[in-house]
Amino acid sequence: MALYTALPLLALMSSLLAAVVIFLLPEAARRWRTLVNVAAAVVKLILVAVMLAGVMQGHEFGFAMMLAPGLELRLQADALSLLFITLSAVLWLFTTVYAIGYLENSPNRGRFFGYFSLCVAATMGVATAGNLFTFFIFYELLTLATYPLVTHRGTPEAMRGGRIYLAYTLAGGAALLAGIILLENAGGSLAFIAGGSVEQLAVDDPALFSIIFWLLIGGIGVKAALVPLHGWLPVAMVAPAPVSALLHAVAVVKAGAFGITRIVFDVFGVQTTDALGLGPVLAALAAVTILYGSVRALAQTDIKRRLAFSTVSQVSYITLGIALAGPVVAVGGLVHLVHQGLMKITLFFCAGNWAETLGIHRIDQLDGVGQRMPWTSAAFTLGALGMIGVPPTAGFISKWYLGTGALQVGHGWVIAVLVASTVLNAAYFLPVLRRLWFAPPSRDWEERLPGTRAETTLALLIPTVIVALLALGAGVLAGLSLSPLGWAELIVLREYAR
Amino acid sequence: MNEASVLPVESHPGLVLLVFIPLLAAILSVLLDGRAARSTAVVTLAGVFGALWWVSAEVAAASQVRHLLGGWGAPLGIELMADGLSLAMLWLTWVTGLAVSAVAPASFAGRAEVSRLFWPLWLTLWAALNATWLATDLFNLYITLELLTLAAVALAILGGGSAALRAGMRYLLYALLGSLAWLLGVALIYAGHGVLDLHTLGVGLEVGPATWFAAALMSVGLMAKAALWPLHGWLPPAHAGAPAPVSALLSALVVKAAVYLLLRLWWWGLPALTGQGVALAFGVLGAAAMLYGSVLALMQLRVKRIIAYSTIAQLGYLLLVFPLASMAAWQGVLYHALSHGVAKAAMFLAAGNILMVVGHDRLAGLPQAMRARLGPSVAGLVLASVSLMGLPPTGGFIAKWLLLRAAFETGGVVWVSLIVLSGLLAAAYLFRLLAMLLRRPPGGEGDGVPDAHGAASLPVVLSVMPLLLGIVAVLLGFVAAPLLELFLQGAPFVEAAP
Amino acid sequence: MSQPALFVLIAAAVFAIGVYGLLSRPQLVRRILALNLMGNGVFLLLVAFARRNPETIDPVPHAMVLTGIVIAVSATAFALAIVRHLYRQTGEVSLGEDRPR
Repeated sequence: MALYTALPLLALMSSLLAAVVIFLLPEAARRWRTLVNVAAAVVKLILVAVMLAGVMQGHEFGFAMMLAPGLELRLQADALSLLFITLSAVLWLFTTVYAIGYLENSPNRGRFFGYFSLCVAATMGVATAGNLFTFFIFYELLTLATYPLVTHRGTPEAMRGGRIYLAYTLAGGAALLAGIILLENAGGSLAFIAGGSVEQLAVDDPALFSIIFWLLIGGIGVKAALVPLHGWLPVAMVAPAPVSALLHAVAVVKAGAFGITRIVFDVFGVQTTDALGLGPVLAALAAVTILYGSVRALAQTDIKRRLAFSTVSQVSYITLGIALAGPVVAVGGLVHLVHQGLMKITLFFCAGNWAETLGIHRIDQLDGVGQRMPWTSAAFTLGALGMIGVPPTAGFISKWYLGTGALQVGHGWVIAVLVASTVLNAAYFLPVLRRLWFAPPSRDWEERLPGTRAETTLALLIPTVIVALLALGAGVLAGLSLSPLGWAELIVLREYAR
Repeated sequence: MNEASVLPVESHPGLVLLVFIPLLAAILSVLLDGRAARSTAVVTLAGVFGALWWVSAEVAAASQVRHLLGGWGAPLGIELMADGLSLAMLWLTWVTGLAVSAVAPASFAGRAEVSRLFWPLWLTLWAALNATWLATDLFNLYITLELLTLAAVALAILGGGSAALRAGMRYLLYALLGSLAWLLGVALIYAGHGVLDLHTLGVGLEVGPATWFAAALMSVGLMAKAALWPLHGWLPPAHAGAPAPVSALLSALVVKAAVYLLLRLWWWGLPALTGQGVALAFGVLGAAAMLYGSVLALMQLRVKRIIAYSTIAQLGYLLLVFPLASMAAWQGVLYHALSHGVAKAAMFLAAGNILMVVGHDRLAGLPQAMRARLGPSVAGLVLASVSLMGLPPTGGFIAKWLLLRAAFETGGVVWVSLIVLSGLLAAAYLFRLLAMLLRRPPGGEGDGVPDAHGAASLPVVLSVMPLLLGIVAVLLGFVAAPLLELFLQGAPFVEAAP
Repeated sequence: MSQPALFVLIAAAVFAIGVYGLLSRPQLVRRILALNLMGNGVFLLLVAFARRNPETIDPVPHAMVLTGIVIAVSATAFALAIVRHLYRQTGEVSLGEDRPR
């Protein structure tokens, strides 16, 4: 069953192949492109589902080939990979449908969807990488594939955003590369091994260990938008809405957060990191990011910029949970990887719907939009309440586990951060909800899609509603073993059972 | 130095074929014209491929293959020798030659005079290159260097025009100065040691001031030919001013011949001299070239100029083998030479297409209509650029990884920083180039270039070749293990104990 | 001073004059002549070396010089051809600074 064990490769190839085919299709072949896009997304979802079932039964999936002397490309699917690829595979399907609707009549769609697929292929690679070398390959590929998406509109602002994005991510990539090779040179194993493989180095040369740690975390922290490496994220908002969704929820920022998880868990080991005092520093950095992002979000008047700073803040919950060495707090961080993805993609889809349907970009234009676009506004409300952490939403579950877990390992200060962050979240989301539902319609908008029967095109509306329901479901049905929470517990159990 | 456990093959006629097939074809192509001249190139491609395959098999088994022309030995006879390094360069020459031979008819279509001159010159160049890769006698190398120079300059001025003539003249002056410096060095070596053979020279060499002086003269001569900083002044106008297929040959192969000889001279001919001082000197020169070339490339306003300055920068990498001096460095440098050759050929051919379609090669936005026509060229440009930046998954990436690994092994933070910085600079100047393809041209249709610029349709072969070479550049990222195994036969270093 | 040493000194001087001419003269024909001087310096050196041992004459440097002369002739002819083309096209006999970006 070589084909069965090579499923991670197949899942990756499904997107890669789609990208190649789309690049080859002529610009005018709209139907074919749509077909390839959706077919690839569905095929991948099926492949991921098969892997999911396999991993639950304890099957192992892997694929390896030698690229150069001592350098092995290795793909494997473990529980942590699957958490991420399931999220991205599911969300990719909806983002694809949404993007097809969103870019209905814009130029350069072939290029857009080609890079779009490439981007998801790279995400699959990041998720299933079995060693740091492979991780780096796909991490950089992700940078390359997202650049043309960020600059898609070709306007001077878009080009500027792209330039800044590249400057940050490529510099981060360079730091990561230096760190990886330094690690290899110091005798560390590049392979991802639960619990890490560098305890000996931590004993022999803690200073070198710290340098390597910060090179890797610094390199990946760029994508995870860890303060002070977050500068690119708000600027990259010039990209079309589906790209923002991709950046914030499915691929880029997630790859960063996932990478930090991978490295702390499977390269350095939670215990070793904690013992050297690196974990608490990272946690403090994450806490600063959480508060900083929220404060900055408060001051934004542009919807997408507010959401961007909200991402800066929310993604660091994941880092926070990973950095504090405790099983329960780790569950909180990991589960937030999925929860934040679901909620944030909902919010971005809603922002995109408003922009496409009514030309709304600023928060003060949202007065009374709840009456004109009730479904979208309801979805936004679900996402926003989740972000704030109102029970029983997904966000509440994350925060609960983070809080109780932190207490358990003696980091009570985290509670204060969580409370402050929740208050700030409420402060920047509730006014939006008030405008949506309770302010009199200002009609400060233009109807851009006249003649649609629903409140907007179905290709935009249906994905929005579905992801909102998924976000809700992740919270309400958290008790099921296949829920994100159940899966996160499984991962942590394996890491800590070592 | 290169005593292998397996005895070298002493007489292999394949080596003779590698030189004489292109030489005979060159002579024939002067007598023939048009289609017939072209067919000599086809025969050469096939013949050289066969001979290369044959020789490769022998080298894989026996590390070294030698042949004495006509059975005459040193000092008056001509000896040919092939090891892994020779093979790497021979294969690179063949691949680049294949691409250039394929595009030349379309590229020079309608210019009968240019086309008539091209084939003899190119085939002569090929013979000279292959002879350089195989010759072992210092004086024979002088002859191949001169043949190479005359053919290369003649090709560079093929396009005519005063700018090209000026550039060609400047190139010729530098190159002849280089040849004479080499010749004087050879004379001094012969006077001092009575030996011309590169391999017997190294055995039991007594080092005196005359030898040092000779080595310095030969090195300066080679540096002038390789456009190594500070003797690079001739390269940008010559490489940027030549027709695209010629630029590809000059950048991918001709300058590398001089660097190749630099390596042969110091690591094979004068290993006793190649101590720390020399290593550091070459390392500094390489670093200067890497930084200077990159910064200058960043300042250029034309596509071909950027690519030409990039050549200066990329050649600097090859000198890093001196200070790093390890098997890992050798692997990296060898692989860099290959990847750079393929990528640079792709880029120059793509730039030629841009020039053909747009009518100029200034960095401005591409109008929509031209974008579609240039699709494959642009794709090739993108892939080749990614490889030049050293980003995955490409040959350039593997080379950079190996070099970085070597730099860490040697423990030089300076070299590590240099390689990382140089990679970032390459990304900066190449993305500046690629941004052109994404930027929306101001005011719609570019800067008033008429569509009727004789470029209504780009011939398929021209259009596709950059893409094919770009794909090869990517594939090089996946086949490094077997390729390096062959090309490391007879390397001047041994694998470090793990 | 011994005869070979004298030859070596003269050869070095000829080569040096060539280098000086190449670097200091803008006119292309003079530069080409300077290159030829450099070449002749090397040839003289080689011929002098061939007589190092008074009993036997080493044939190898002679072979090198003969080959070298052939190459020098072709290179010179080629260089002069470029100069002629350049003169026809631009009326100039030297290279200006050309630094377009």
